[in-house]
Amino acid sequence: MKEEDSVAEILGNDIVEDIIMPSLGADMTEGMLVEWLVKPGDPVKRGDVIAVIETQKGAIDMEVYHTGVISEILHEPIVTLPVGTVMARVTLTEPGERAKVTPLDSVTVTPLDSVTVTPLDSISLTHVETSTPLASPVVRKMAMDQRLDLTEVKGSGPLGAILLRDLSGSNIDRTNAIEVDDAINTKKAMRGAIASAMSKSKNEIPHFYQSLDIELGNALQWLKRTNEDRAPDQHILLLALLLKAAAKALMKYPDLNGFYQNNQFVHAEEIHIGNVISLRQGGLVVPAIHNVDKLSVDETMEAIRDISVRGRSGHLRSSELTDATITITNMGERGTDTVFGVIYPPQVAIIGFGKVRETPQLVDGDLVNSEVMSVCLSADHRVIDGMLGAKFLNALSKQLQKPELL
Amino acid sequence: MKNQEIKVVLMKAIQEIAPEIELEDIDVDEDLRDECDLDSMDFLNYLIEIKKLTGVKITEGDYQNVNTFKKMVAYLEQKTE
Repeated sequence: MKEEDSVAEILGNDIVEDIIMPSLGADMTEGMLVEWLVKPGDPVKRGDVIAVIETQKGAIDMEVYHTGVISEILHEPIVTLPVGTVMARVTLTEPGERAKVTPLDSVTVTPLDSVTVTPLDSISLTHVETSTPLASPVVRKMAMDQRLDLTEVKGSGPLGAILLRDLSGSNIDRTNAIEVDDAINTKKAMRGAIASAMSKSKNEIPHFYQSLDIELGNALQWLKRTNEDRAPDQHILLLALLLKAAAKALMKYPDLNGFYQNNQFVHAEEIHIGNVISLRQGGLVVPAIHNVDKLSVDETMEAIRDISVRGRSGHLRSSELTDATITITNMGERGTDTVFGVIYPPQVAIIGFGKVRETPQLVDGDLVNSEVMSVCLSADHRVIDGMLGAKFLNALSKQLQKPELL
Repeated sequence: MKNQEIKVVLMKAIQEIAPEIELEDIDVDEDLRDECDLDSMDFLNYLIEIKKLTGVKITEGDYQNVNTFKKMVAYLEQKTE
């Protein structure tokens, strides 16, 4: 009884915030509410995972941005909702909460909403499916490829979710082919949303590009020595060094780290680096690694491995998909020499790492073999000038010459 | 481990990363990363999965001995004898 009384009291204060279907990237127009992890009356604090939502990027753990008590649940799973739909309400319990929340919301959610939702409403709304069975992305892909009707399959997972093992059984009715149209339209919607976000970026952001060939001999040798006896789960990839070096260079030149909004640049206190991961099924996901400046190289590598696995299997957290302060795109060894990225608004820079290449170089008059990488900075000229960009790239290069200090 | 057992383990490890790949999609003599379109992180996750399933720790020095499906089978056969 006492508990109920205190909840009622809190509700009396009635500072209530909406919990909306978040936009978790330029290509998201809708999400499927799969499961609530809270019920009305439950206390929550900022950052708690309160629901699981399915998107084109897999299952995402949705976090709450407020501290308070869940006062209302407006939609029951399993239902597909357009981005921005009010899913539940939370009654705030901390007086300062509202002030704390607003800057983040305006930084991360609003610009994405305006980028992604409006032009695609027509596409996303016509394909709202309320009766889609719960199934993992792998299962859905397989079902699509084999034209299986998932409503005919009995799921053995949590909440009756259909798992891979359920497909091999005899309980599949192969005669019922599902409409492939939906999948095609989902892909179309994803493409359309990327198109509109990138068009907005190219229309509004005066990009300029600078490239520097960075000598990586020291870094690669250090990696070779370090990795020599390490098991694969302890193995460090070059990307970890690149992220660390970028974070250190950003500490020196913080004007590349932040957001351009309402005609001004707002510097971000923390360094959250978004990493472009291309999904096997097509499209992109750009989860952020938080506070890279405060991580060791090993911790950074662990974080990269972690997002790569969760990016594939689901369970990226909603904050990871919304709070990057700068983005990195890494071509990897099978990519191209250079990549000139398009800035993800409202960020002001994106760093493109090309592939490592061997090239002859003159050192004190002698030809030597050297390993270099072209690093390209795309920057917003409203905030950043060429001199700053050059200083940043040279600072990045300097960091990579002493990998043992990263 | 027997040859057949190893193949099952390898397919399990590959499908963990690339669920759409079947054994018949892979040319066993070609570079597995090209065959399955794996980036360096994918390949690392593949080796981590193999370590989980077989206990065999493959370090960077041995990468050239495991870069095709066929070589990996032979390598694991020898290591798990």
